[in-house]
Amino acid sequence: MDLLSASAVNWSRAQFALTAGYHWLFVPLTIGLGLIMAIMESLYVKTGDLKWKAATKFWQKIFGINFAIGIATGIILEFQFGTNWSNYSWFVGDIFGAPLAIEGILAFFLEATFVSIMFFGWNRVSKKMHLTSTWLVFVGASLSAFWILVANAWMQYPAGMEFNPDSVRNEMNDFWAVAFSPVAYNKFLHTTFSCWAVGAAFVAAISGWYLLKGRHADFAIKSLKIGSLVGLVSFIMLAVTGDGSAYHVAQKQPMKLAAMEGLYKGTEGAGLVAVGMLNPAKEKYNDDVDPYIFKIEIPKLLSLLGYRNINAFVPGIVDIIEGGYTLPDGTTSLSFQERRERGLKAIQALADYQTAKKEGRDADAANHETILRENYAHFGYGYLETEEELIPNIPLTFYSFHLMVMIGLYFILFFVIMLYFLYKKDMVNSRWLQYVALWSLPLAYLASQLGWVVAEVGRQPWTIQDILPVQAASSAISAQNVITTFILFAVLFTSLLVAEVTIMVKQIRKGPDSEELNS
Amino acid sequence: MEMEIKRETTKYNWFSMFWEGFTSMSRMSKTLWIVAIVKLIIMFFILKPFFFPNLLDTNYENEADKAEHVRTELFRKALANE
Repeated sequence: MDLLSASAVNWSRAQFALTAGYHWLFVPLTIGLGLIMAIMESLYVKTGDLKWKAATKFWQKIFGINFAIGIATGIILEFQFGTNWSNYSWFVGDIFGAPLAIEGILAFFLEATFVSIMFFGWNRVSKKMHLTSTWLVFVGASLSAFWILVANAWMQYPAGMEFNPDSVRNEMNDFWAVAFSPVAYNKFLHTTFSCWAVGAAFVAAISGWYLLKGRHADFAIKSLKIGSLVGLVSFIMLAVTGDGSAYHVAQKQPMKLAAMEGLYKGTEGAGLVAVGMLNPAKEKYNDDVDPYIFKIEIPKLLSLLGYRNINAFVPGIVDIIEGGYTLPDGTTSLSFQERRERGLKAIQALADYQTAKKEGRDADAANHETILRENYAHFGYGYLETEEELIPNIPLTFYSFHLMVMIGLYFILFFVIMLYFLYKKDMVNSRWLQYVALWSLPLAYLASQLGWVVAEVGRQPWTIQDILPVQAASSAISAQNVITTFILFAVLFTSLLVAEVTIMVKQIRKGPDSEELNS
Repeated sequence: MEMEIKRETTKYNWFSMFWEGFTSMSRMSKTLWIVAIVKLIIMFFILKPFFFPNLLDTNYENEADKAEHVRTELFRKALANE
């Protein structure tokens, strides 16, 4: 790849990361608060306690601020597909387009319709109708996330499609294989629980602040009880679905798993690094430098998580590049060089197929098509020049993964302690825990972002696993154009974030409606 | 007759809900609407047309030409690595 196009690709990636990262500040709170306010309103409808109604209305206002400012920020990502990633957009065809279209038409409109009833319908529609609307807002937001995650999961594990050499597109031949691939549903569950977790941490932080200020103690305790329960369930389920993610990554994206663990040389009965520091002196994947300065391992756990067998062989970066180890399906893995040769063969066959078709040599065209299909699983390797291009950024993936896991474990402990104090101790006077609740909020957002860093940086260089690397997916545009729009986005999103925080802080300072709280 | 009255009542309630909702918004809600509308205008009327054209739709008229362009691009990029 020449320097100029490398720069355009990297800026396009940076731009996508910037917009996705900002977008993901809004989404988790929408889904997480959506659930919490729906639970609160259910309690109001069930018990008739107006304090639950006041609590619901307060969190709905916060939800509304986040919803209004965050709405449609994801569409900017779709703009980029057509401009910066036009080869990718064409190449994936309807597989990527279908879930996004369903998301736009069905889920988003469901969400948007019921949001208006939720905000305008108090005392105008029946209690049950209002409650249904609130739940449907949450369901709509979750469905919206589901279809986006289906599209993302397909890129990590392309299934249910066949490549058409005439249209140069991957065409969907099994909708259900795309929509309910094991990677997709696990990704959906893991991501959804992470949203609930952010919502719970948010409610705990704001409630902690009210207690610190000595305001609305009853409201804060009520909110903390719901938030802590949702938080504990979410973080436990994040661990469960995280295990599912590790299993799928081991099967479908072994290089990502190796990067997450900094594993260079594979081994049977591999341990999971609990804590470790990578050695910056390691410059090449195949040198003899120890990849760690230090590490504490949990024996056999990586084999167990990745292959459900404590003695299973987990390939490292060297093994994946050199090949020769036995894959879970019993076949022997190919080396990078073998896959590259097959990738080049597939690319050449695609070009030859078209020439033969144009010249009316149908038998030759059929022959080239067969070669293309036989080697299509390695198509993307034809774009990689060196072994190093196959390796994602190890430190970024490794530290993001481990920090995310540590924060997850911290929050399990945090919510257990919180529930203990809420039910067995005097939470109102436990100022240290109120401070901890308040200052833990950035950690929840950080973990949520780190999860995406692991998922997306860890799968480099691929936009579609094994089929299309980033350099082939990008458009022939200048880096300067991308830099300009990068700056525009940075300004736009930062302004939106400042607006969100400013309006939200104002609303939080104002607090819940005192009249309703005291009614 | 009774059915008709019921339907009319429902219609009225829905309309009044939205009407009253929009006309009696708080200052914060109005600010949020302004932020959302300005954002959408920037996105759809400035960013999309001026900075984010769909390159294939802009440069090629039909599906066959778009496919040919992508095929050529994919081949060119692979050759660049050889």
